[in-house]
Parts: sequence; C-alpha cells; structure tokens
Amino acid sequence: MLTKRIIACMDIADGRVKKGTNFKNLHDAGDPVELGKLYSDNGIDELIFLDVMAIVENRNTLLELVSRVAKEINIPFAVGGGVKTIEDIRNLLNAGADKISIGSTSVTDPDFVNKATKEFGSQCIIISVDPKKEGGSWKIYINGGRERTNLDAIEFCKDMEQRGAGELLVNSLDRDGTNEGYDIKLLKAISEVTNLPIIASSGAGKKEDFLKVFKKTDISAALAASLFHYKKLEIKDLKKYLINNEINIRL
Amino acid sequence: MIAIIKYNAGNTASVANALEKFGYKYEITDDKEKILKANKVIFPGQGRAKPAMEDLKTKGLDKVMKQIKQPFLGICLGTQLLLPHSQEDNTKCFGIIKGEVKRFSDDEKIPQIGWNNLKLTQQNPLFDGIGDENYVYFVNSYYVETDDKNTLATYKYGNISAAGVIQKDNFYGTQFHPEKSGKIGLKILENFLKL
Repeated sequence: MLTKRIIACMDIADGRVKKGTNFKNLHDAGDPVELGKLYSDNGIDELIFLDVMAIVENRNTLLELVSRVAKEINIPFAVGGGVKTIEDIRNLLNAGADKISIGSTSVTDPDFVNKATKEFGSQCIIISVDPKKEGGSWKIYINGGRERTNLDAIEFCKDMEQRGAGELLVNSLDRDGTNEGYDIKLLKAISEVTNLPIIASSGAGKKEDFLKVFKKTDISAALAASLFHYKKLEIKDLKKYLINNEINIRL
Repeated sequence: MIAIIKYNAGNTASVANALEKFGYKYEITDDKEKILKANKVIFPGQGRAKPAMEDLKTKGLDKVMKQIKQPFLGICLGTQLLLPHSQEDNTKCFGIIKGEVKRFSDDEKIPQIGWNNLKLTQQNPLFDGIGDENYVYFVNSYYVETDDKNTLATYKYGNISAAGVIQKDNFYGTQFHPEKSGKIGLKILENFLKL
C-alpha cells in the first residue's frame, strides 16, 4: 500500500538554506548539501529544493548545488524556482533532480505546463501554487507571494490537471511560517476537484498538525521546512507518532 | 563497463550517481557497439512511452535491444517498454516480456507517487539480503501486467496488484526506481551489478 510522504523543503538563497515568515525576512538555516544528506539518512521520504531568489540570482549556482545534493542522496529530489523553459527543466534533470516544480510560470504561461509534461511526462512536473484567502475563496499569487492575480486557486488547480501536471504543491500565504497548522479547508477544497496527488505545505508547527492533515484530507504528502531545519521535530519521532496513530508511513 | 542507455526519456543522473557510489565504471551512451559490448546494460526511463519508442527507433536502438545478451535492467518506463504494448498513447513496445502495460483506474490518484511495499513472489539473486515487504519508490501512471512466471515481486495500488519486478532470461525490470529507493534500492542495484 502506498504510504503518505513526509517531505523536507529547503528554500535556497545565496547557496544557503533560508527560512522566513510569509516569504519575507529570510534567515540562514544551514548548508543545503549537509541538511539534504542528514534528512535522507534520518528517513525523510523526499526532498524539495526551492530557489526562492532564482529571478535575481545566477542560475548556475543552483545547478551546481542540485548536482552536489543529488550525489549525496538516493531518495526523490524535486527542484524548483524560476523554471521558465524546457531547457531549464532539462538542465535541472541532468544535474540530478527527479521532479521539477513550476510556480509563477504556470500562471504567466500556462501552455508551458502542457509543453513540459509532453516533453518529460506528467510524473516529472509539480505545480506549486501560492493561494491566499479572500472572502470565501482563494486567489493565486505569484513571484514568491509578492504579486496577486485574479485567478481562483481551485479553478487554477483543475486547469493544471487538465494540462497534464503530475502533482500539486499547495502552499498557503496565510499559513506560511506561522506554525498554526496546514490550511485544511484549502487542501480539502482542492482535493475535491482533482485526482492528482497533493503535497500540503505551509503552517506545520507540531506533529499533531501532520496527523490532522492526513486524517482530515486525502492528500498524499505533507511538507515542512523550519520545523526540521531548527530541529523542533525529529523526522523519526514524527514518523513513529504518525504510525502509532494509524497513518500508513514508511519507517 | 556498465552501459546506461542514452535516449530522450532517460533520467540518467541518479543512476550514474548510484554507480559512482559503488565504484563501477559506466558510460551513458547510445552507441550500438558500446551497448552490446558492455558487461551490463541499464535502461532508465522517465517520461512517456510513445516519444521514448520513437527516439529509440530514430537512434536504431530498437533493434539493438533484442540482441542484448548481458544482464539488462529496465527501470520504470524502461521496464514498461519491455512489454509488447502500452496503453499510454497506444504504443507498440519491444515485446521481450509478454503482457500489457495498463493505466491505473481513475478511482485512484494518478500518478502513483511515493513509497510502496514490495512483495517478493519468487526467490532471485536480485533480492539477496532483501527482506519481504520493504518500501521502494514508485512514480507511475501505468502498470505492468504479466504472468506469474515473469513476475518476481508485486505491489498493490488501490485494488490492483501489479508487477513490481519482472524478469525473462537476462532481462530484468523494476517498476520502481531503485536509484531513488534509499538503502533497499541501492542493495537491489548492487545485486544486479553482481549478476
């Protein structure tokens, strides 16, 4: 039986792992290669590497980092940040990434999602969305949460499935960095309209938050960053806790 | 020398990283002679059946496949292409191992992405030192259906029990990614390299 996944996310800027609140005030949280290996050794199910400053940084730095991390780990490794072209994807895959996360470009150039999945297969393409609540619905934001669009988040996710996306990484601008728990309502609303595996992101503050999201929704994976970086939660303890609470998890 | 077949659907970096860890010499190649002369052949795969088969045909590698006598390991799509036909884009494949490649039911989340337990159904040197029901990493929307004789291990997704490892003569195939499956995956790769 397929297990639920626990994913560690590393937000990268200036070649280091960073973490802030609501995508702002980034603090240093360590060396990506060391952290990646540590998480892999401790039983994390997957790593995601997001280059949060990709737009202003030199991309070769990222490729070199991806390659160094990939050599140290042999678990699934997704990479994203500023991916705009088929060539960007090919370069990241050649550097050792297994999956590519597409963010803003899926909004500004949705046809790119069709092209990318046609070229590399659905399984390779994760669409990362940054919704923010407005009244009774959620709007999609782009450029690291800096820019609002008029797109409805639920409709947007449906559209991405139609275009061939393989997975949805659902952030929440309302919850990111708050440690108040995942946005269950948002995740439920999206999983009701799509058949794609969903990765819940933003808001995890304690192990109970993981249990709640797996019990209350049918999402496939839960992601956290600062919780692991600052060792507020040990991966093995979290996994044991979830297994003891009847969640199907790989130990 | 280990030949890793180079084509448009191969995600070769992870396999190459794993071989480097073991200290094996390898070459990522689409050269027919080099492939046929290699000690082992690894056929990784990520992507879609149709463009993959088309690229292999363009490179003339479709004819080379059946001539390979050394131990051969297909991975993921590389395994599915060993069957005669895939429902993915209605694609004719190599037909080295009989059966069919089918799409998972829409009742399940597609693709299957994640760690699933592998039930060993036959003893094989590939599983030396590997216990039953270990978790390995899968990413697939389509699955292999073949007969019990060619099935070395199975996994369950929804109501379907599908072939996780297949074999006929020198041809082995894993539906999961051994190069991405932690220590267990590396052990399976290592066992293959020792065949």
